[in-house]
Amino acid sequence: MSKRKITIAVSGLNNIDSPGPGIPVIRALKDSELFEIRIIGLSYDTMEPGIYMHDLVDKTYQIPLPSAGQQSLITRLTYIHQQEKIDVLIPNFDAELFNFIKLQDTLKKMGIDTFLPALEQFEERQKWALNTFGEKYGIKVPKSKQINSTAEIHALTHEFGYPLVVKGKFYDATVAYSPDQAMAAFNKISSKWGLPIIIQQFTPGIEVNLTGIGDGKGNLIGAVPMRKTYITDKGKAWAGIALEDETLMNIARNMLKGNKWRGGFELEMIKTDKREYYLIEINPRFPAWVYLAVGAGQNHPEALVRLALGEDVKPYESYETGKMFIRYSYDKIVDLKEFEIISTLGEL
Amino acid sequence: MKLLKNIALSDTGFVFNPGNGDSFSVNPIGLSILKDLQEGKSEDAIRNRVIEDYQTDKETIEKDLYDFLKMIEQFNLTDYHE
Repeated sequence: MSKRKITIAVSGLNNIDSPGPGIPVIRALKDSELFEIRIIGLSYDTMEPGIYMHDLVDKTYQIPLPSAGQQSLITRLTYIHQQEKIDVLIPNFDAELFNFIKLQDTLKKMGIDTFLPALEQFEERQKWALNTFGEKYGIKVPKSKQINSTAEIHALTHEFGYPLVVKGKFYDATVAYSPDQAMAAFNKISSKWGLPIIIQQFTPGIEVNLTGIGDGKGNLIGAVPMRKTYITDKGKAWAGIALEDETLMNIARNMLKGNKWRGGFELEMIKTDKREYYLIEINPRFPAWVYLAVGAGQNHPEALVRLALGEDVKPYESYETGKMFIRYSYDKIVDLKEFEIISTLGEL
Repeated sequence: MKLLKNIALSDTGFVFNPGNGDSFSVNPIGLSILKDLQEGKSEDAIRNRVIEDYQTDKETIEKDLYDFLKMIEQFNLTDYHE
């Protein structure tokens, strides 16, 4: 069967020690048996390694930071679309998703398909709304609240006790064992990601995660649970293993029946000694370890492209447990000329 | 005591728990005990089998077997509903 030629724009090319999902998503797409894919990278920073990974990314364009707003983003995407005729766009950063969700109808009119959650779905799983989310969909969630000032930290001793978890609104989380540590974490995280800061009750147990994709009609098209087996000092998985975990799979299935999630997602859960599951976060996009799902037999990014194109996609029925991933670092040699071109012209 | 149903035992002594991703290595005696548990043998039956197979005093075997069973319980390799 000949492969269909298709052009896909992908962001999240920061394949660094705390990697974005872009490069793993691209690797999954390149593995597709159905599509012959031209990849257009969308970058925010000239040091994103994916820009220079020409075996995976055919051409890269810089796009404006999310804070620049939707108008400047759509202006830039219109230019890129004129050059490249994009068929499908897969955004991979939490912080950019709001703009892309708002623009998805405009993009559709331009001929660019996406497969994103509705704004309501996106908002109701925000970290600061997770307790309400848990009540709505019957998932246990550690007690949490948002704070906007360090003055609120002293009251946390009585309300939460220590340790507790201090989290940024998009990224970063630190376990604090005292008010001083909570104060330091508040300042560090808020200076990077802004306010509010989310305070979450510390739940002891092992972290288990699940990467999945929903069809927007309540069906779980694919899902693979994973446990991190090697964690970096930033709390990111450097290695992980696919698990057999029917309880976690059922939590995902039930959640999707309720919220009809559309697109890729990641559940981050804590499994306690009593084998209870607590939801600590839902990421509204594929995680950076999504390529493990491909290795275990489920190509979630390929399924997302097919859904974006309006195709009928049947749910995956199985995956291989015990498949592992181990990341590695690699020094890519880059000519100064390439850096000059992306820095000055905004495309490479 | 029963081993969790999905525990994978390899002839090399590699033990994998697909439920939590843990893996262990056991020696041939440990492997034989895990296989006995997987086959549903009782602790008494395992004890008698080990006493028969290894020419050591009963007290030592009982103590070592008890330690081993407690250890696999702590490593979440057993079905806690049993």
